[in-house]
Amino acid sequence: MAELAAVVGIGQTKYQTKHKTVSIAGLVRDAALKALQDAELTWDDIDAVIVGKAPDMFEGMIMPELYLTDALGCNGKPMLRVHTAGSVGGSTAIVAASYVQSGMFKRILTVTYEKQSESNAMWALSNAQPFSVHLNAGAGGFFAPIIREYMRRTNAPSDAGIKVAVKDRLHGARNPLAHLQLPNITMKEVEDSPMLWEPLRFLESCPSSDGACALVISNEELAKQSPKKPAWIRGTAMRSEPTMYAGREEVSPQAGIDCAKDVYAQAGITNPRKDLDCAEVYVPFSWYEPMWLENLGFAEKGEGWKLTMEGATSLDENGDIPWNCSGGVLSSNPIGASGMIRFAEAARQVRGDAGDHQVDGAKLALGHAYGGGAQFFAMWVVGSEKA
Amino acid sequence: MSDANKEALEPITGIESPVYLDYNFTAGAATARYLSKVKEGKLVGQRCPSCRNVYIPPRGACAACGVATTEEVELSNKATVQSFTIVHIPIPGNPIKPPYVIANLIPDGANISFLHLLSECKNEDVRIGMRVEAQWKDPSEWTFAMENIKYYTPIDEPDVPAEEIGRLKDA
Amino acid sequence: MRDIAIVSFVQSDCVRDAGALNEVELIMPVIRKVLDNVGIQSAQDVDFTCSGSCDYLQGAAFAFVLGVDALGAVPPIKESHVEMDAAWALYEAVLKIRMGQADSALLYGFGKSSPGELPIVLSQQLDPYYLSPLWLDTVSSAALQARAMLDNGDITEADMAEVVARSRKNAKSNPHAQLKGDVSVDELLAEPTYLSPLRMHDCCPISDGASAMVIATVEKAKEWGKPYAVLKGIDHRIESHHFGARDLTKSVSTEIAAKAAGVANGPVEVAELYAPFSHQEIILKKALGLGDDTVINPSGGVLAGNQMMASGLSRVGEVANRIIKGEIKRGVAHATSGHALQQNLVAVLEGE
Repeated sequence: MAELAAVVGIGQTKYQTKHKTVSIAGLVRDAALKALQDAELTWDDIDAVIVGKAPDMFEGMIMPELYLTDALGCNGKPMLRVHTAGSVGGSTAIVAASYVQSGMFKRILTVTYEKQSESNAMWALSNAQPFSVHLNAGAGGFFAPIIREYMRRTNAPSDAGIKVAVKDRLHGARNPLAHLQLPNITMKEVEDSPMLWEPLRFLESCPSSDGACALVISNEELAKQSPKKPAWIRGTAMRSEPTMYAGREEVSPQAGIDCAKDVYAQAGITNPRKDLDCAEVYVPFSWYEPMWLENLGFAEKGEGWKLTMEGATSLDENGDIPWNCSGGVLSSNPIGASGMIRFAEAARQVRGDAGDHQVDGAKLALGHAYGGGAQFFAMWVVGSEKA
Repeated sequence: MSDANKEALEPITGIESPVYLDYNFTAGAATARYLSKVKEGKLVGQRCPSCRNVYIPPRGACAACGVATTEEVELSNKATVQSFTIVHIPIPGNPIKPPYVIANLIPDGANISFLHLLSECKNEDVRIGMRVEAQWKDPSEWTFAMENIKYYTPIDEPDVPAEEIGRLKDA
Repeated sequence: MRDIAIVSFVQSDCVRDAGALNEVELIMPVIRKVLDNVGIQSAQDVDFTCSGSCDYLQGAAFAFVLGVDALGAVPPIKESHVEMDAAWALYEAVLKIRMGQADSALLYGFGKSSPGELPIVLSQQLDPYYLSPLWLDTVSSAALQARAMLDNGDITEADMAEVVARSRKNAKSNPHAQLKGDVSVDELLAEPTYLSPLRMHDCCPISDGASAMVIATVEKAKEWGKPYAVLKGIDHRIESHHFGARDLTKSVSTEIAAKAAGVANGPVEVAELYAPFSHQEIILKKALGLGDDTVINPSGGVLAGNQMMASGLSRVGEVANRIIKGEIKRGVAHATSGHALQQNLVAVLEGE
């Protein structure tokens, strides 16, 4: 019953610590214009705009879609703002796609962004609430104990995380938009970097970036006008579970497993490692690659680290299932946009449009995002064919 | 304006725009009851009537079942380490010097962990399944805050196997 | 296109200060009731859940995440969230149902505005470079709008007072309302101005609370065997952010949304309008093309109680409940967001 929809335009700003020459409106407009130009369209060709970003407190602005209306050509059009914590970039793309898939709109623009440099994201994330019963130890303090449990269960070699940190930055060095450009990074350099939350070192963690990402999504009829090959949306799925509950499986959350099963079923995928050509997966801390390889069904339980160590996920090592060819979240992390960047980069792959980080002949790609305490998941599968 | 004056003016590229907002926080009924007990030196969780798991800190609802939790269960000062990390960066506003251990601890009688500090032990000795006990501050210093417990320290009891940590024991 | 049925709507009482209740404690009772009305157990029994809220009201980033604890989200559920009034969460759910990924949905909105100073908090909704450093609060921007209308001769102060008197009177029959009673236009006009030309009573109160709704396809509603109202049309539009770039005395976005939603396709017996300030009801009535035979805000509207982030959904729910009870056959609901009616949503509901 869903209408077929496709990505016909993609725009991204360069990701960097501070975008000093543009305001927040300028930043999102930059990405939006690039997406329109990519699709050879104008503002008038857009029926509605959907904006997404992480907590308002990161820039100190409440409900920024109100302010961004003018910058995004939305005067007189429908505007919506999605907010699902860290997975927001992905869920925004999914909600945006539903505008077209519901048959209610023909062509829409969606933008996600973060301009963390304009406020104090660290403060916003860690400001102690009165009556808080929890010790505040930052994101790493939450994820590091879970990683430790993964290592205990699997007996993974202690440098599996380091291998991911190197691989994703080498991929990032092929992507001129990536924030961290570290073409000479080595295992030793990562190992020697300061330990933050054991076992996570500084170079195994994502940066904090400013940036924006935009997509133009249209229906089948209008996709014919697309100057580039459309990236057909073959499946979308979202799942949520509570952050904490007794007996929660935190290493491989059920919501991730269920979300992946749903999107694979929609796209006709039975063996993700074989059926997909590549994946853009939300890995903000190195060890999440082996963990997500299992959670997403690319590897058997307990064996995700083997794929990483074998080089299966590496472009440079000619792996059969490259992950995060764009450099991933480990190379660029504007929090509100990171999820959509994964979705956008998956689309670039199947359009043959990923430049130096292209996987040859990619036809089917997965985009993945997660947020909160690894409890909100959003995924899509895009393909070069309609079915 | 003379040329010299013109050169002295730098273009404005940004402004600082501080935001001051006052909030009067309330704790929520379940949190308020919990912290009142903490002020008395007790850890009290709540049991879900549906799945029987005991929550700490209690939130007034069982997140898994979506039902209100009202039955209070007093918990032990002893706990098991479910997992942990050694932190090398300072916590904002906390005087403890890195590297220090923070751990997910499940107090005896509860089925969910909370985060707290471990101390008076060698960081390298900390392991999953380790048994620990709460070290409270002097009662004269007790307020409505988890900081009433300074930290947890290891005790001489056998480790709990990982698969059993926090599991609901049949009554 | 699949027809959408509104099957159940519940709201909590509008109170100035919910006291020591956290998000979960605010939400759970309305969710319990709204599901009980349908005869279902938890979020597991619908295909999609979507909520609306704003972290800044409570002053805590990620406040909405705690709301998920009220749902019984194990096994994991399809769930999403907008940082807007829950009327827009309703919109997102309509899209989900129309594309076939859901046959039913649970919506909820909640706001605890009491911890902060709401109009000042909302001043941070403005352009961060040029407007929010001026700390223009929402009452002041509404006052500018009212001044423009008075100076134009579009309204008189007595017209504004009439809206208030009628709202308070209507609220007498609404058990959830915060401000209700009989008061005359003269009594109201005798009050001093608060933020000229607005008097205190021209402004909605600050209310804590939550509301929830269950929607489904018409087929699903019939399967549940419950009466329902049909959502015949829904549309929303936004206008330029900059006060000088739009005519504050009209609501162009409401006009466009009204047309797209099909307001004029039939008689409008009841209209629930989200007008946080009395003069705005007059603007909206005109923009929706409503005649004097339409009963506006029989619930008392938000002048009688305004649960931020839930009031928009509540306007839809109020109309739906009247249709379900058989009191009316057709009605319109409206929601707004931003200063001085910058963004507006219009929904048209009819009986089966």
